[in-house]
Amino acid sequence: MDFAFTEEQQDIFAAVDELCEEFFAPRAEEVDEAGAWPQENADMMAQSDLMGVPVPEEYGGMGMGFLEWAIIGEKLSSACTTSGAIFGAHMLCVYPLMFFATEEQKQKYLIPLAKGEHVGAFGLTEPNAGSDAGNVQTRAELKGDEYILNGSKVFITNAGEAQTYVVIGNVAPETGTRGLTAFIVEKGFPGFEFGKNEKKMAYGSLPNRELIFNDCRVPVENVLYKPRGGFRVAMQTLDVGRIGMAIGAVGLAANALQKAVAYSQARVQFDRPICEFQMVQKMLADMTVDLEAGRWLTYNAAWRKDQGLNFEKEAAMAKLYTSEMCGRVTDHAVQIHGGYGYTREYGVERLFREAKLFEIVEGTSEIQRLVIANKLLKEIRKK
Amino acid sequence: MSISLNKDVCTGCKLCLSSCPYGAIVITDGKAEITEACTLCGACVASCPVSAIVLEVIPKEQVDTSQYSGVWVVAEVHDEHLAGVSLELLGEGRKLADTLQVPLSLVLLGEQVEGLALVAGEFGADRVFLVQHPVLAQYRTAPFTDVISGLINREKPEIVLFGATPMGRDLASRIAARIGAGLTADCTGLEIDPGERLLLQTRPAFGGNVMATIVCRHARPQMATVRPKVMSKAEPQPGHEPEVIPVSVDLDERRVATKILEILREDSGSQVNLQEADIIVSGGRGLGKAENFKYIEELAAALGGAVGASRATVDAGWIPAYHQVGQTGKTVHPKLYVACGISGAVQHLAGMSSSDCIVAINKDPHAPIFDVAHFGIVGDLFEVIPALVKEIQRANGGD
Amino acid sequence: MNIIVCIKQVPDTTEVRIDPSTGTLVREGVPSIINPFDENAIEAALQLVEAHGGCVTILTMGPPQAEQALRDALAMGADRAVLICDRAFAGSDTLATSYTLAQAIRSLGDFDLILCGKQAFDGDTAQVGPGLAEQLGLPQVTYAINIEVDGKKVRVKRLLDDRFEVVETRLPALLTVVKQINDPRHAGLRGVMKARKAEIPVLTAGDIEADITRCGLNGSPTNVVRVFSPQRHGQGEKLEGEPDEVARQLFEKLHTAQIV
Repeated sequence: MDFAFTEEQQDIFAAVDELCEEFFAPRAEEVDEAGAWPQENADMMAQSDLMGVPVPEEYGGMGMGFLEWAIIGEKLSSACTTSGAIFGAHMLCVYPLMFFATEEQKQKYLIPLAKGEHVGAFGLTEPNAGSDAGNVQTRAELKGDEYILNGSKVFITNAGEAQTYVVIGNVAPETGTRGLTAFIVEKGFPGFEFGKNEKKMAYGSLPNRELIFNDCRVPVENVLYKPRGGFRVAMQTLDVGRIGMAIGAVGLAANALQKAVAYSQARVQFDRPICEFQMVQKMLADMTVDLEAGRWLTYNAAWRKDQGLNFEKEAAMAKLYTSEMCGRVTDHAVQIHGGYGYTREYGVERLFREAKLFEIVEGTSEIQRLVIANKLLKEIRKK
Repeated sequence: MSISLNKDVCTGCKLCLSSCPYGAIVITDGKAEITEACTLCGACVASCPVSAIVLEVIPKEQVDTSQYSGVWVVAEVHDEHLAGVSLELLGEGRKLADTLQVPLSLVLLGEQVEGLALVAGEFGADRVFLVQHPVLAQYRTAPFTDVISGLINREKPEIVLFGATPMGRDLASRIAARIGAGLTADCTGLEIDPGERLLLQTRPAFGGNVMATIVCRHARPQMATVRPKVMSKAEPQPGHEPEVIPVSVDLDERRVATKILEILREDSGSQVNLQEADIIVSGGRGLGKAENFKYIEELAAALGGAVGASRATVDAGWIPAYHQVGQTGKTVHPKLYVACGISGAVQHLAGMSSSDCIVAINKDPHAPIFDVAHFGIVGDLFEVIPALVKEIQRANGGD
Repeated sequence: MNIIVCIKQVPDTTEVRIDPSTGTLVREGVPSIINPFDENAIEAALQLVEAHGGCVTILTMGPPQAEQALRDALAMGADRAVLICDRAFAGSDTLATSYTLAQAIRSLGDFDLILCGKQAFDGDTAQVGPGLAEQLGLPQVTYAINIEVDGKKVRVKRLLDDRFEVVETRLPALLTVVKQINDPRHAGLRGVMKARKAEIPVLTAGDIEADITRCGLNGSPTNVVRVFSPQRHGQGEKLEGEPDEVARQLFEKLHTAQIV
């Protein structure tokens, strides 16, 4: 066991810390209030080589591991949750290309994504296929050397701004998950359009749109992995996606804790800073333990992924724990801020609203528990 | 050229640790130890209560300092007038010259500037070295350096003062390197050590957190640039005529590498010349957003002052950088400085803490700005500023 | 074009706080950074090389740990970095520093332009740039806010207190830049990785053939004789009450003091 980072990792994280402190954090409030895609932030992530951290160098990435990717994502999310979400959603497109794309597809799509020249998105969820991801109704019919896609995807993060989409369609809806097929779809393909941005409880500047396929023509060479191989692509993508959500939750909670600590030191009541009161201290202590537990669950999942070990259960555990932890920590953070926490002035009410997202997207907490129990029982049966 | 620490004397009290700007002192086995990081700045020497730290200076080849005599001020001409700082330097130079019982001279370079020699006399100059030539019509580094270095070598003044302005800093540095003189930047205090006739030059360092007194014991002349608006002008003595010493020079425009192509005043960004303003109202992060600078502008307008800003607001893009007060911005010394929603980071304090009167408005009672404020208001600037504007307008209306 | 950027490692004074009880600086844990104005100089050099081709060399004189500042500059995209480091240089004032830098630059070979920040954050003297130009016999242009290189000439817009001045001079030249000239880029991960692996040569007094009587404390005409904390006037007067009330109080005080 070695919990220390290498010097190289420390240097990289220090550079990201500086970037977050000087660039992302100061504009986070403004980015959130603008209600528009933060192009400058996306550009900065690209310039700073953050968009392809785990992608091999020959495909334009940094050739690092998912652990480095996770920690960078945590820092970004802590500084600016919207940027962290863009970073996380981008990987849902990059990851399946890294593992399933042909050499030609990698050359064409993965390289610009890893370099940050393109933004990526992933389309699985449909109006009637949320937790029941197998029930994908977007139909893909082979006609000559093209697939014709019809149907729609909802709540797709980065939609409209991304250039490259990995979309799960179904070549045989009657066969359920066995008909699922992954396609690489470019923005601008004929018949591919976007719905309007959803109005949400938080993340006003993060695009979550409908993807609309109306006789959308996708060349056969854009099938990712293989026809009817889409379920595997989707599930494996979601496994990494769960680590992505967990780092977002950890980053957000870290920010909330930091704000709570600073406020509790500055706020004076009964002639003492409120951090000297034991009931406040209890909250701070609980928040710290909670955050740290979630952080290490997440690092462990990412580390196992890098080691080539099974990480699916660990990723689901991290996602489950951190999303609920994030809710508790932001709740305490608002409470410590008292009335000011309820106002928009200190930004913790925003974190509180943002936290709820993590318990819902990329598998609700209920789905995570199913996954965890499933994997657990399987492991026991194997023994 | 070395620093030594007498371990037998050192008590391990650690006072020197916090005095070291470079973290170059460690405590090992209960005694202080100076590491490789030491720059010989000497900050620790004064901090040691038992004098265990000694900066050993190996004596230099001694210049015959007795050959050098007289106090000089190098003039800066703005729009055909002597700049304020030049008059301030004459005021300060007069005191130094009187202490040393030597004449005070102004070095005046330009084209058709002889009229200013009389002004210099009224403000205290005994003599004026007047150098007039078309090449000197506008300040440029090379010809000014050549002329003044030559004059110094010929006349051998013991002290030469410049304004710590863009021109003064550009020129003094170049001359000092040319003639091998010692130069101290941006002084805020000058005194004569009566025993050695040395110029004691005091200046802020580390953004005004530390004051350092610097001497130039062996080299001559002792040169300093002096911060504008710190020294006071002398009362003008009408009729006090200086001895004008015309200096003829042989200059050729073709030999000057640098040409001034254009001077732009209108959009130099300093409709606010912050450094000249008597009243400055500054806004900080507490404003929340760019639009709220209107509160600052209103108060500045009511007071007839200029608008300043903290680094945080400039970095956030709320206001252009030329409004910035602080270490990376402008250093200002107005009569009144009103800091609104500025917490008072050290780098901001460095730029304004020598203002005559500081008013702080901040809702955080622990904000460091209150430590330097003469008047502190703990409150919401969005309420206090409009109330203050109303109060000023009411008073003005009543006048 | 070959550009040399002279930088200085300084304590990050934005992280320095004052201990309210003692009025002294709290320097514990204060990190060292590249002098902020020097970052602008690095950025200006990188932009010029991007436009005209060439090589950016970063030079610093300092203790061994100043190497970190050089690595930070390399991470931004500079091509190479050189550390000038010798005990003989300790205690240098601005004159000795400019002499030492000049000797190092002579040993590095041909260049077209030297860039410096307008002044250092810790010393605030603004003297080394012009001093270095003098030692090398170069034209200097200080306070540059815009730089255009055209063949063997450079046109520079200078930011002065109350005006801009546009000047032209010949290359090679030395320019000092102001903060407003640009926004220094952030180092990306690729740059950090490259900088980690870079070899940074160290030049000693012997390597640069420096006359050590002109270096360090020996070569410095000025000496610090006393360092002290500035007088702070301590707690001022706190005005309390409703906004209208404090506004009236404040105005009266300022009026009485004849400030307004």
